[in-house]
Amino acid sequence: MKYKFLFILFSVFLIGSCGENVPPVESSYETKILYLGNGTEPKDLDPHTVTGVPESKILMALIEGLVIRHPDGLEPLPGVAKNWDISSDGKEYVFYLRDAFWSNGDPVTANDFVYSWNRMLMPSLGSQYPDMLYDVVNAENFNKGLIDDFSLVGVKAIDAQTLKVNLRNPAPYFVELLAHYTTRPVHKATIEKHGEMDSMGNQWTRPGNFVGNGPFTLEDWKLNQVIRVKKSPTYWDADRVKLNEIHFLPIDNPTREDFMFRSGRIHVTSTVPTEKIEVYREQYPDQITITPYYGTYYYRININKSPLDNKLVRQALSLSMDREKITDKVAKGGQIPAFSFTPPDPNSYFPPTTLEYNPEAAKQLLEIAGYTPENLPTIELLYNTSEGHQKIAEAMQQMWKENLGINIVLTNTDWKVYLSRQNTGDYEIARAGWIGDYQDPKSFLDMMVTGRGNNQTGWSNEEYDNLLIKAANSTSQSERFMHMYEAEKILMDELPIIPIYTYTRIFMKHQSVKGWNPNLLDSHAYQYISIEE
Amino acid sequence: MNNSLWKDALDRLISNKLSLFGSIYILFIIVLALITPLIAPYDYAYQNLDLGPSAPSALHWLGTDTLGRDLLTRMMYGSRVSLMVGFLATMVALTIGVLWGTIAGFSGGKVDTIMMRIVDVLYGIPFIIFVILLMVIFGRNLILLFMAIGAVEWLTMARIVRSQVMSLSKQEFILAAEAMGVSKLGIIYKHLIPNAIGPVIVYATLTVPQIMLLEAFLSFLGLGVQAPLSSWGLLIRDGAVSMEEYWWLLIFPSLAFSLTLFSLNFIGDGLRDALDPRTSDS
Amino acid sequence: MLNLILRRIGIAIPVLLTVITLTFLMVHSAPGGPFDEEKAVSAEVLAKLNERYNLDQPLSVQYFDYLSGVLVGDFGPSFRYPGRSVTELISIGLPITFELALYSIIFALCVGIFAGVLGALRPNTALDYIPMSTAMIGICVPSIILGPTLILVFGIWLELVPVSGWGYMPGDKILPTLTLGTAYAAYCARLTRGGMLEILNQDFIRTARAKGLSETRVVVVHALRGGLTPVIAFLGPAMAGLLAGSFVVETIFGIPGLGRFYVEAAFNRDYTMILGSSIFFSVLIVSFNLLSDLVAAALNPKLRD
Repeated sequence: MKYKFLFILFSVFLIGSCGENVPPVESSYETKILYLGNGTEPKDLDPHTVTGVPESKILMALIEGLVIRHPDGLEPLPGVAKNWDISSDGKEYVFYLRDAFWSNGDPVTANDFVYSWNRMLMPSLGSQYPDMLYDVVNAENFNKGLIDDFSLVGVKAIDAQTLKVNLRNPAPYFVELLAHYTTRPVHKATIEKHGEMDSMGNQWTRPGNFVGNGPFTLEDWKLNQVIRVKKSPTYWDADRVKLNEIHFLPIDNPTREDFMFRSGRIHVTSTVPTEKIEVYREQYPDQITITPYYGTYYYRININKSPLDNKLVRQALSLSMDREKITDKVAKGGQIPAFSFTPPDPNSYFPPTTLEYNPEAAKQLLEIAGYTPENLPTIELLYNTSEGHQKIAEAMQQMWKENLGINIVLTNTDWKVYLSRQNTGDYEIARAGWIGDYQDPKSFLDMMVTGRGNNQTGWSNEEYDNLLIKAANSTSQSERFMHMYEAEKILMDELPIIPIYTYTRIFMKHQSVKGWNPNLLDSHAYQYISIEE
Repeated sequence: MNNSLWKDALDRLISNKLSLFGSIYILFIIVLALITPLIAPYDYAYQNLDLGPSAPSALHWLGTDTLGRDLLTRMMYGSRVSLMVGFLATMVALTIGVLWGTIAGFSGGKVDTIMMRIVDVLYGIPFIIFVILLMVIFGRNLILLFMAIGAVEWLTMARIVRSQVMSLSKQEFILAAEAMGVSKLGIIYKHLIPNAIGPVIVYATLTVPQIMLLEAFLSFLGLGVQAPLSSWGLLIRDGAVSMEEYWWLLIFPSLAFSLTLFSLNFIGDGLRDALDPRTSDS
Repeated sequence: MLNLILRRIGIAIPVLLTVITLTFLMVHSAPGGPFDEEKAVSAEVLAKLNERYNLDQPLSVQYFDYLSGVLVGDFGPSFRYPGRSVTELISIGLPITFELALYSIIFALCVGIFAGVLGALRPNTALDYIPMSTAMIGICVPSIILGPTLILVFGIWLELVPVSGWGYMPGDKILPTLTLGTAYAAYCARLTRGGMLEILNQDFIRTARAKGLSETRVVVVHALRGGLTPVIAFLGPAMAGLLAGSFVVETIFGIPGLGRFYVEAAFNRDYTMILGSSIFFSVLIVSFNLLSDLVAAALNPKLRD
């Protein structure tokens, strides 16, 4: 009886709950609300202290910098700055600000930028991206505590609407950096109302407190549920904004995100489960999008460990990697085999591509190095636990075994152990990935300079370091690229890192979303996006 | 104990068809696991990347996984890990749990309080951090895996045994034995444990599947089996992700897993009935 | 009984203190720190961050700072979410996880006890085999399979219920409850059946039957009391297990509960959050165990001392 009763109750429950739910995506034609799958829950919404991709997507709606990125091509478009002048030596920039407003009605001024950059560079704030502004005169010295007086740093407000920036070296990519969230302004009075200028975890980022200057304002933030932003009436380009609201849903589980997309709960996903990519490419070619992404998947090698200290061994490892097989048969997400560290770049930097798949040559190199399958020690390959990394590691294990006779042991650990083992040099080969913060080879090559935090291979090469310094001081783009090309050639000969493939962004997009154009940084300014039948 | 009692029990066990079926199946699986290296059709690590995931066929009876590895082979090798982990860890949990629960329940008073509060403390410690630390200290080690799992799973067992023992120890036949001067150990061994064994066996058969799945979770932390070797838990977890595309990757491992658990359960039920002196006359 | 409660509360304090101390030592010796990120943090920034969160102090100082904070109800700031306190995170997650666990246990008890009694009354008949095999399936199918399968069938194909969330859309609480509750319902069924079989064989039941009492009366009044002992002993740990184990279900369905916070805190090395939730779970476990002991004592007078 009880059973029956429960069953009836359950059925009533089920029937009662169906029919009422119109999928949000269906009703969005009316409501003009965009629902986005947004990866992990954001740590915070303070542009100067956060580091992640999910945070950057939300900040894109809330705060606008001097420039924004063109929705297709990524070249800088005027944001708060309506135009700018660059001196002939490429070291002085003058930005002319438009009449832009904060969400509380205050005007956005040049002083807001000076204040914000000051805040971002304060060592006590603990920002993790201060190097985004290191090209500015004295910014690095100030951030490292070598000077205390911010007026020595090369950013000045000439008047309320004119901002002058002096660089220590010409940086052709500098304007592009100004679209990055770490260089965007914050509202001084709001920051100081809720805490110190340099206090991380300041309560100003809570709904109700938040003051921004972007196309949307923060309405609601329910931890692990939703962040809701609403069209801002004070935004200077408000006429262009077609969406009423955006709901950012934190979904860190690809399977769940897939279910949500299929049941009409979100318009755009942040990823697609690997197993589904092939199927969706056939079944829903107009909904699945696969576009190149400005990042490289590679293996990092600890060059202090024998036999990996031998360059020939590293070259042999690279030569015996069938990258095309990895991308086509294992990763299966349209990834592009990488034969250089920097990804192919539309800014016409063409990296050296000397790497190849040649198991015969690999064997010979190993012999020259004095190794035979018998005297080769077992090598450990470390990766953080994830099905994708595991499959690639398993495939690589078999390739190296077949082609070189090397025995590889696979070790997976949780994320923090994986990071800490690389930090302390307690690994032999480790899987790694790098996404460029801006479209310039510098954002990749700088990483391998001697002693940089993300080098972690123990590799140091004076000529490489010098070439990058030369590149930084070059006055023309072609000269810069030439030095970087030479540097990368050294890197790809020494191989402290072995590139495997160039990342792709793979996501599902509902056909009603217009203006969501693929680009290398997967950056989408929401004022250009609309929902149409 | 006397031989005839065990013989009776064995007879009763065999006469129970379901538990006979269960025993045969388990025996079969164990033998299969033992001789896997001799009879496995393929190498468990061998990938055929060009083949990729393929449905069951004459060449690959249970199909292949996304890297083109033979599923049957991987399941056979996986059974070695899962059965070993499942049985050994359950034995550890059973031994500690039963001893702990019996002693606490029978002693009562301060000893009971202290022992059960230790159980509470162990419940409260964050398991993930505990496992990560174990790994740092001992490295990757299957024996360690059993210890880690046993160290968690005995807690509930101890609570169940304790409550069982407490209710039994107030019953007449125990009191009578005490009055007759039977030693405490004798009472525990001869009367308490045999009489409390019913729920213990039931819970133990339920613990085995839990542990096999826990093994898959520990693999996430890097403590479980080392890729490219697999286990049933891992195969099921991977299969669950792609159940719409490659059904065989979920169905076959789940089937092997479930059949094993069903069998264990039938054996458990049979054992309980067989060992229970009171069922003999019914 | 009041005495028992007071004694247990008194002894809970050393239990908690031990949990805090052990957990504190463990989290601080685990490899990887809260500020390790893929983009390596510079030494200067790391020093600043450690200073801000007091991590530059000797461990003993940190320990006593933490304890004195806990005494006044301050569990410190979360490392993962700057600007949020551990108390805030727990107060967001706990009610949700508690609700989920409660629904699941109610579901498990209703279904489990009913099936178990049915099986014990008619052992080795269809009435026994069918619910018991169903129970076995319930135990065999782990939530990582059950959850996605339920979502696929009821959420995607039949479009009856929402596929994720908790209190976000009507009806979204059904699938998580079923997913989490099924395994426990199966446990309950098996434990009830086992316990009932023991009791039904005992003399006092035979006496009761011989006296001509109705079967319902025999079962409900006499047998259930003792027969449920194993279920009730299991209930305390089960509730604790439900709370801690809700992590998997919370992840599958995207439920913003404490289980997820807790596990993610461990993965993120969010020291204060790990400690805070450990304390919380310990309190819950101690209370549920106490509660189930009390219920067991009330049902079975022989357990009272």
